[in-house]
Amino acid sequence: MKTKSLVSIDDLSTDEIMEILKLAAEFEKDPIRDILRGKVVATLFFEPSTRTRLSFESAVNKLGGKVIGFTDSSSSSVTKGETLNDTIRTVNNYVDLIVMRHPIEGSARYASEISTVPVINAGDGANQHPTQTLLDLYSILKTQGTLDNLNICMVGDLKYGRTVHSLLIAMSQWKTTFNFVAPEELMMPEEYKIYLKNRGLDYYETADLNEVINMADIIYMTRVQRERFSDPMEYEKVKNAYVLHDHMLADTRPGMKILHPLPRVNEINTDVDANAKAYYFEQALNGVFTRQAIICTLLGLK
Amino acid sequence: MQNINDPKQLLVSAIETGTVIDHIPAITLFKVIKILGLDKIRNQITFGTNLDSKTDGKKAIIKIAGKFFEDDDINRIALVAPNAKLNIIKDYKVIEKRVVSVPDTITAIAKCMNPKCITNFEKVTTRFRVVSKKPVALRCHYCEKITDQERLEII
Repeated sequence: MKTKSLVSIDDLSTDEIMEILKLAAEFEKDPIRDILRGKVVATLFFEPSTRTRLSFESAVNKLGGKVIGFTDSSSSSVTKGETLNDTIRTVNNYVDLIVMRHPIEGSARYASEISTVPVINAGDGANQHPTQTLLDLYSILKTQGTLDNLNICMVGDLKYGRTVHSLLIAMSQWKTTFNFVAPEELMMPEEYKIYLKNRGLDYYETADLNEVINMADIIYMTRVQRERFSDPMEYEKVKNAYVLHDHMLADTRPGMKILHPLPRVNEINTDVDANAKAYYFEQALNGVFTRQAIICTLLGLK
Repeated sequence: MQNINDPKQLLVSAIETGTVIDHIPAITLFKVIKILGLDKIRNQITFGTNLDSKTDGKKAIIKIAGKFFEDDDINRIALVAPNAKLNIIKDYKVIEKRVVSVPDTITAIAKCMNPKCITNFEKVTTRFRVVSKKPVALRCHYCEKITDQERLEII
């Protein structure tokens, strides 16, 4: 039997997801523990992702573990031409768990098959980033008290946004209503809509955020990037249509929360930050608890 | 049944014992040869290609003397020759006919069409789950992207 790794959100059953979220809640109550004393975790970041790396390192440090690794491939032997295979086979001798970020899709699955210790995928190209999905689920559960019967409004780049795709798949385990708000060029791909249809879930598409904002329990904002547009004129036309301002929140549901995977650029105006419905920085904090829960689950520690 | 007086049948000579694979699309003949490793075995093999077919346009046929295939092996060609038919020959007679079917998983035959997939960067054996058999659509075990019939490449 191979060691248990977390590569894709599909690797987890609904029960396993709920177990991790439950454990994350325990870490939130009491995040400083000595569970990882004597354990070493590698953070192998073949491409930089400061936020994700710091979140993992914080999670390990708070549990008394040590972290070794590199922050981008220019400071590793990859620049000497070492294969991923060799890097993993070497590093797994030094550590109890590997956290890995890599620009090549499928690299984490491959690493998990080679490695003798569990591998956590911290993003493999445009493919998967399951710890982000789990911290999103934790944030939704914590703020709404349930994952069932929620109205989730996804805004921005729904075509290339890895986080919204994974969240959609994960939330479709429950009776969720989705609103997709995106410019024409960045609409939710057909395959995900078919997936929802097959599961009998409702979704609505619109280009106007104001149309659906007041129904939402969760607004999940993402960044609309200029380089995604084939026609720069199109970008100029739509770039301000997907920016959230404080005045737009006046009639939204009282318990509604705004999530964002961060980093934010201008899609959430800073005047929203002071609103109690803004939740993206707390969401980042939840990432630490969720990652503590994931690491301990994979290492079989409670 | 073969009629040896029919000049069309004589294009490729009959075998005494072995396997005849018929109804291979002419353009995928060499892929079939490669998938089955026929370029590496020592059996007598004859093949014909660009033969007229009522159903397939131009077809190819391969006759391999003294060789029989397991289902798992022969199903590997279903990706490139989904309508292939096998005739198992003994004493110049067809004793069994078989068709091919696309297996549920594909290992080491197809190339992932995603240029950013790890299988296109390192020596990784490709693995796919078949998500649709007709037309063929394969989901990469590694990058999770779909490779469809049109973009299917045999390694």
